[in-house]
Amino acid sequence: MVTRSDLPLRVINSTPEAILKAKKRARRSFRQIRTENVFKRTLSIMGLVIIILVLGILLTLVVQSLPSIKALGLKYLWSKVWDPVQDIYGAWPFLLGTLLSSFLALIISIPFSIAVAIFLGEYHPKGWLPNFLKNTVELIAAVPSVIYGFWGLAVLVPIVRSFESSIGVEPVGVGIFSSSLILAVMIIPYAASLGRSMIHLVPSHLKEAAYGLGATRWEVIRSVVLPYTKSGLFAGILLSLGRALGETMAVTMVIGNTSLIPKSIFAPGNTMASVIANEFTEADKPVYLSALIELGLVLFLVTVVINLIGKKIIDRFTNE
Amino acid sequence: MESTVIKSRNFNASFGSNHVVKNVNIDIPRNHVIAVMGPSGCGKTTYLRCINRMHELIPGASSSGEMKLNDEDVYQMHPIFVRLKIGMVFQRPNPFPNLSIYDNVIAGYKLNGIKLPKAERDRIVEHSLTRVALWNEVKDSLNKKGSFLSGGQQQRLCIARAVAMEPEVLLFDEPTSALDPISTSTVEELFHELKVNYTLIIVTHNMQQAARVSDKTAFFFMGELVEYDDTKIMFTNPKDNRTQNYITGRFS
Repeated sequence: MVTRSDLPLRVINSTPEAILKAKKRARRSFRQIRTENVFKRTLSIMGLVIIILVLGILLTLVVQSLPSIKALGLKYLWSKVWDPVQDIYGAWPFLLGTLLSSFLALIISIPFSIAVAIFLGEYHPKGWLPNFLKNTVELIAAVPSVIYGFWGLAVLVPIVRSFESSIGVEPVGVGIFSSSLILAVMIIPYAASLGRSMIHLVPSHLKEAAYGLGATRWEVIRSVVLPYTKSGLFAGILLSLGRALGETMAVTMVIGNTSLIPKSIFAPGNTMASVIANEFTEADKPVYLSALIELGLVLFLVTVVINLIGKKIIDRFTNE
Repeated sequence: MESTVIKSRNFNASFGSNHVVKNVNIDIPRNHVIAVMGPSGCGKTTYLRCINRMHELIPGASSSGEMKLNDEDVYQMHPIFVRLKIGMVFQRPNPFPNLSIYDNVIAGYKLNGIKLPKAERDRIVEHSLTRVALWNEVKDSLNKKGSFLSGGQQQRLCIARAVAMEPEVLLFDEPTSALDPISTSTVEELFHELKVNYTLIIVTHNMQQAARVSDKTAFFFMGELVEYDDTKIMFTNPKDNRTQNYITGRFS
């Protein structure tokens, strides 16, 4: 802490005005230092608040799911029946629903996001059409997810229903497949924009080396750009997986909401996020509520781990 | 009678509205070393990159005029064939970091999807690395990554990669400016051996290097080809006083 006496109060000529002036100057620099300290402290507090907040959320989840952890134990994770009326709680149908819908969404979205990343990163980095495409892709991430859910119900579900009847499965429409399609659209921007910036980072001297050897554009992309960016593209895909796992609103609206184990990708089901959203308000028993919160804890941990791995890969990639 | 490999007539190149190479006329004789020198921004690198059509890869770049390889217009050929016949070595050594030394040498064949029997590949790798005096240094570590080599070795690996495609002309864009003096002299020694089989065009901002390695020298200034003559004549008795000024160090 700086006090007033620490400041250089050098008085060269000691006329009263000069002393006054020097004191004024000292006061001003004292004020500057104090402002600086206050500013620094404010920033640190803000940062600290966020850390406390996240840890607090984790703590809340752990504490609130303790009753269910005590009552149900670890086998909660792979028990196949979820029947709150009879006090039977098994998370397996939702784990399966989450994994199925997310990975299916990932598989559907990867070709689009990689294609957009290559198109914007290597083929046409500049111009009005690429710019328009880039903004549109980023807009996908900005659309509220309830709108995706609404669009899914209004447009996608009828299409899926007629597709299902044409291939001879029960034409429900809502289900894992519909939510995967919605998720696939929603997660495109994450992998695409990260992939685009990774492709921008490929050193031009490497690309020129390949062009100089008579490589075509496709050959340069295949042999130089993709090998160089593969870890970055993978990280982008991981981040979009993290997003898909936790997406709630749109999925809840089109997945069909049953607690049975999905028999196929066209069957209705539930994800961890959608069952919490659906049943949280009607959870009337403490163990019921706690079991739902435990689902949230599992979801939280899984997405945190996936995000950490993705960030780690990006860090390693950009530091190289 | 020496034959001409590269012939340009009224050749111009620009980036957008920036006219960087102006009306260049030049005849480059086969199996010679040609040095292209001049101050920074004089268009020498741009001209070099026009020869194998690397210039057009930059958005907004354009060129006009005549550029002939053995009487065939380079700008009528497919750029891929041009770059196979006219190899290039860049300022910074740029071996592919994810490939081994062996794979770097035959990268040109791999990139172009040319499948060769293993014996043929081995022969090309050994031959090319021998040409650049690198074979003895790396023959026991061909499967190591190219990026483990020193800067000078990496640059010779890049030359081997270009040589492996058996081009007619090799373009060097300031090939030693990122190298230490010892590596520089190893690379310079190579030029004398390589010209037996290829025509070498070397862009350099280093006058001593131009004087040491080349048979003929072209002097570029403000996008124009000011003077082009035998290196001995250029450095002892230049005709244009801009060349005179440059050589005596009055500007650089």
